[in-house]
Amino acid sequence: MSSVAATVSDTLVIAKRSILRIPRQPDLLVSFTVQPVMFVLLFVYVLGGAIVTPGFDYVDFLIPGIIVQSMVFGGFVTALGLAEDLKKGLIDRFRSLPMASSALLTGRTLADIGTNVTQLAIMIVVGLIVGFNFSTSVPEILAGIVICLLIGYVFSWVFAFIGLVASSPEAANGYGFTIIFPLTFVSSAFVPIASMPGWLQPIARANPITFMVDAVRALFIGTPAGNSIWGTLFWCVVIIGVFAPLSAWRYRRAVTR
Amino acid sequence: MNAIEARGLRKSYGDVVALGGIDLTVEPGIVFGLLGPNGAGKTTAVRILTTLLAPDGGSARVAGCDVVREGGRVRERIGLAGQYAAVDENLTGFENLEMVGRLYHLGRRRARERSAELLASFDLADAGGRLVRTYSGGMRRRLDLAAALVANPPVLFLDEPTTGLDLPSRIALWDAIEALTAEGTTVLLTTQYLDEADHLADRIAVIDHGRLIAEGSSDELKRRVGGDRLELRLEDPARCEAAAATLAVIADDAPFIESGTLRVPLRARRGAIAEAVRLLDGAGIGIDDIALRSPTLDDVFLILTGHVAEEGGGDEQREEKAA
Repeated sequence: MSSVAATVSDTLVIAKRSILRIPRQPDLLVSFTVQPVMFVLLFVYVLGGAIVTPGFDYVDFLIPGIIVQSMVFGGFVTALGLAEDLKKGLIDRFRSLPMASSALLTGRTLADIGTNVTQLAIMIVVGLIVGFNFSTSVPEILAGIVICLLIGYVFSWVFAFIGLVASSPEAANGYGFTIIFPLTFVSSAFVPIASMPGWLQPIARANPITFMVDAVRALFIGTPAGNSIWGTLFWCVVIIGVFAPLSAWRYRRAVTR
Repeated sequence: MNAIEARGLRKSYGDVVALGGIDLTVEPGIVFGLLGPNGAGKTTAVRILTTLLAPDGGSARVAGCDVVREGGRVRERIGLAGQYAAVDENLTGFENLEMVGRLYHLGRRRARERSAELLASFDLADAGGRLVRTYSGGMRRRLDLAAALVANPPVLFLDEPTTGLDLPSRIALWDAIEALTAEGTTVLLTTQYLDEADHLADRIAVIDHGRLIAEGSSDELKRRVGGDRLELRLEDPARCEAAAATLAVIADDAPFIESGTLRVPLRARRGAIAEAVRLLDGAGIGIDDIALRSPTLDDVFLILTGHVAEEGGGDEQREEKAA
């Protein structure tokens, strides 16, 4: 096999392994389907009435935000999976095989695209059921979907890094929820930034998640895009440019624990 | 060409020296036992030889390829089974082996054939379609060993393959390892179990604190520790000293008393019991129990390292990591 063909084959073998895992771990399946749906229901029916979004129904405001949040967390399977692989000595096995060294990480992150597509479909259907309406053209909606999947893929690399530095799957869980979770809240995902305290507003405006949510919102419900689409692409390049090499570096020096 | 050749391998973690310059030569087709207590540097040596870790100094060739400069070629020629059963719990036994086969680039068909073969020879054929998380510890280790063999590697590394297993599982794994060497595979085995090294290894290197302190066959090492011994328990333990003096004529070295047992290094094994019984009877000292004992690797270990071989696994890893 040529080295390119071998790399592609190795990556697909790992992606297949990662995808097979999902239906076989029902708890994972639950957290990646039921949890975001719960979020939609809670925000729409419990919190939504108290959140003022001038000019929009809250459900139209919320769904793009919650979709971006679920995409950001889509790569979480990768963090858990890598942390488990490390704990169980599988990373040592993979590193002792003549496979392409990039395959484990790219294979896993590619598999995340599969889970993200599923999740995105569920979120859109649930959104439509609770009253969300797309108010843009089909090409814009498609562009928004592509951006959602791009965001998901980029954050898979952040989670890959978390999985490789966390001391256990539980710790990876902890990092995910203490670092990434607040990041999604201090953004335009759930409430208008103007409703936040003055000191928090600049932080929320600079948050990459805000650019991403604004871009998806613009493409789904026609809010002014401003620089959000370019900002999203910029942040995607920056995040992957930082975390892909960091993860690769950690993987090469990985030690079973 | 030797299967493994290491010269002056060094590795430190901060101030802690894991390997202090180790030379190893492993001829093809043998089981080479790397024996040492927790934290001796066994795992570090295996990690370097399997290209998982870069050495600070020294060089090593495995199956003719340099572990630093030709890592990829080394990986094509080795199999590794570690202290952990490194198998994916969410795949079936078959899927695990097939995946490893594909990653060795055997091709889909060959990977499947080989997986079925290995499942059969490791007594896992019936369990092959089940998820590994339903497997027992012994089954996981067997699958782990099978995974290391998927590509028929000429050199196999087994890092404490039986740590934590119960006796029947250990014996089953030993049989599997013995069958491999019959096929000509070179095995480097690390263990902290002396009986395991004694049972499996053609040659044994004893390492302690990152240094090689002895090397040879099991018999050679035992000979270094001395010959046979007579062990006695007396009816009246208080008379050990008197018994030691009486038996001095058949002793090769000074007899010693350890927790109520009198141990007498022997000049000659033949006739020793009869002679000892005669001498003690003549001196009016009653014997409760008497036995001839050959040195074990435990004795070797105790004498070479100055401490008793430790039981229990896993500490080495932690120490090396902490360092």
